[in-house]
Amino acid sequence: MAEPLIRLKSVSKSYGGVPALTDVDFHCEPGLVHAILGENGAGKSTLMKLLAGVIQPDAGEIVLSGATTRLASPREAARHGIVCMFQELSLMPHLSVGDNIVISAPQTRFGLLNRAAYTEARAILDGIGAAGISLAARASELSLAERQLVEIAKALFRKPRLLILDEATSALTNELVQTVFNVLRDLKRRGVAILFISHRMHEVDAIAGRISVFRNGRHIDTFDVGRRSAKEVIDLMIGRSLEELFPPRPGAPADQTPVVLDISNLDWNGQLRHVSMHVRKGEIVGLGGLDGQGQQHLMHAVFGVLRKVSGRVQVNGRETSGVLPSQAKRSGIGLALVPEDRKTEGLILDMSVAENLRLAALSSAPFGILGFDRKSDARIRQLIDRLALTYRSLDAPVATLSGGNQQKVVLAKWLALSPKCLLLMDPTRGIDLPTKAQIYRLLRELAGEGLAVVLQSTDYEELVHLCDRVYVFYNGEIVRELSGNVLTPNALIAASMNVPASAGAHA
Amino acid sequence: MSLLRRHRSLAITIAALAVLFATFIAIHPRGFSTYVLTIWFNQGALLGLAAIAQFFVVLVRGVDLSVGPTIALTNVAASYLLVGSPEGIALGIVAVVALGALCGLANGVAVVYGRVQPIVATLTTASMISGLALLLRPTPGGSIDETLSDALTYDFHGVPASAILLAVVLLALYVPLRRSPLGLRMYAIGSSEQSAYMTGVRVGQVKLLAYGASGVFAALTGLYVSMVTLTGDPGIGPAYTLNSIAAVVLGGVALSGGVGSPLGAVVGALILKTISSLMFFSGLPPLAQPFFEGLVLAVAIALGAFGVFHVRNRLELFR
Repeated sequence: MAEPLIRLKSVSKSYGGVPALTDVDFHCEPGLVHAILGENGAGKSTLMKLLAGVIQPDAGEIVLSGATTRLASPREAARHGIVCMFQELSLMPHLSVGDNIVISAPQTRFGLLNRAAYTEARAILDGIGAAGISLAARASELSLAERQLVEIAKALFRKPRLLILDEATSALTNELVQTVFNVLRDLKRRGVAILFISHRMHEVDAIAGRISVFRNGRHIDTFDVGRRSAKEVIDLMIGRSLEELFPPRPGAPADQTPVVLDISNLDWNGQLRHVSMHVRKGEIVGLGGLDGQGQQHLMHAVFGVLRKVSGRVQVNGRETSGVLPSQAKRSGIGLALVPEDRKTEGLILDMSVAENLRLAALSSAPFGILGFDRKSDARIRQLIDRLALTYRSLDAPVATLSGGNQQKVVLAKWLALSPKCLLLMDPTRGIDLPTKAQIYRLLRELAGEGLAVVLQSTDYEELVHLCDRVYVFYNGEIVRELSGNVLTPNALIAASMNVPASAGAHA
Repeated sequence: MSLLRRHRSLAITIAALAVLFATFIAIHPRGFSTYVLTIWFNQGALLGLAAIAQFFVVLVRGVDLSVGPTIALTNVAASYLLVGSPEGIALGIVAVVALGALCGLANGVAVVYGRVQPIVATLTTASMISGLALLLRPTPGGSIDETLSDALTYDFHGVPASAILLAVVLLALYVPLRRSPLGLRMYAIGSSEQSAYMTGVRVGQVKLLAYGASGVFAALTGLYVSMVTLTGDPGIGPAYTLNSIAAVVLGGVALSGGVGSPLGAVVGALILKTISSLMFFSGLPPLAQPFFEGLVLAVAIALGAFGVFHVRNRLELFR
């Protein structure tokens, strides 16, 4: 066994009292591709950020080649040869591709940038199958897949000893993934340690030599690839019976159940293409697929955030094309959108819990004066009880709540309007399991009361076990609709990658 | 061709300057002469240097309200120091530039280490620096070495010295900004501070240097004011602050950071100066001139903001 390159010794990290990593022991060795598996919120990204020097552990230590080291910043980590490829976090949009790559490890001659560095950047891009990307192109002009390739090239340019790839290939086609994998295998042969995070099990099988499973901020197990079946691995990731987490499904609604949200032939900016779907009263409908395939845009289009959308959207038989968010939420239409990023789009962090709760319902206050609206205040109280919101005081800033409770506030804020159709964008991302379970139960109850729920999620367990039906997006289109018996993780993963269902069977 | 496309907005700005300059010459009572050109360039160089000072701070996503006061303070300091022997004058110039750098670094420290918003930090220092200038010289006065002044404000064989000065400054800036790691890092920070940090850029240090560079160019402006006016005047600050911001905006330097060049800033400054000269000769009542200058600026900025109409996602309008 090779000497570990980096070792974590009982490392813990928590955010605002909510533990993200608890007492983690972990190590990785040179010349090995080590896959990290876990659900959303299992602590994978916290682990990466610790290794990359973005955050520091609250307790425990990081040992690098035998010496305890403090990684105070990404710069520090890079100096030790630890390079992390985050998902599109490190490209400067106004800089050229060449500058973006070269700036990570500038080589100078007489104080000026050495042109040879750009030649090298070109060679790296060519090597990972990105020969079509010009060094002179601006990063902001690139597609998602191209940006990912540039990110990979940028990481390779720094000649890492430990390369961390966080969902590095999520937007790439199969051929490109294979090209990138060949480069990774070459790095592995040269003794580079690689940490590989992916949701795609077949990619993990193809490239990784060892797997570590994380769950709930804890390191559960580490084993060589092939030692456990796919089912065993998934059981380890989830760690409990699904019945405990997800409420039972009542069965498909009858055909004559009225359609609440009816979308036909929606197009937008080349990023949504001929999208048609419907949601019935009392249904929970999932929007699945890899990240950024158009699901989020669809939500925004329905809620009136996007301009120049063509196609037809009807809510309860009423045409709503061209409405603004401020109109969409009115009781006449009754849409509510729980946005993806609760910190910037869902909440005003410095304002109190009570103020945030009242925000969406402001226009229903009589004479525009707050405090007189006993009816909506009463409803908000009711919701707080129902959501089991944990808070110290309603007057405390929302920022002091834990992530799960913040998400409950966002939900309560919109539910106070008594919407008819609830659009949710990844509502349980980064939330602990008990809170997740509470939110799932609440959504099922609300659906039972006649609410139509649209749930966009990157967590396929959630889609498979909570939703009645799932529309799978790929490249701006709905490629498949799954329900009943065919709504399985395998089918979902296969559809997400737009391959026939059988090809995803080993996932 | 792709070069033109990439620099389209700069090309448009330069074309606008050419049209304005032609109009200016056409209505100027004395027509085109070395004298008119020299005066025009001297005026332009003053604001051009101030615009470069503003450019450095705007590049790293800030705004500097103390550019004008720093110009005033360094102008006042120069009116004490730029007399006597050549060695003494040289030393005086060094001292004045150092004073400017110090003002810029003070802003930088407040922004980087104090985590104060740039507009607040520089508003505070602007007030302090103005106060210092007034303490040093309550009313305009002092004197400047005339040989040096003549050399820098007349012409060499028909080419205005100020034009040569600007060209030298722009050339000297091009290489470090576009071809050195430091310049690249400044653009990187302006483009996305978070990404730059993730890439391993020392964000604080580089920002500090940008503020320092701003101070140096404010001092160079102050020195050139001294050459043109031959006095020290503590009251010249406010106009420079506002006009330098207007100039960078006109010159295509994005207030959101990461975009633009010193050349753009200087062209913006020349446009602004030409417009006010046009007003002067157009026979408009002098009191109405600020209104029209503002109007022209508003139209220029509105044209620059046309991109907003192409935004397809309303959320991007808030970014």
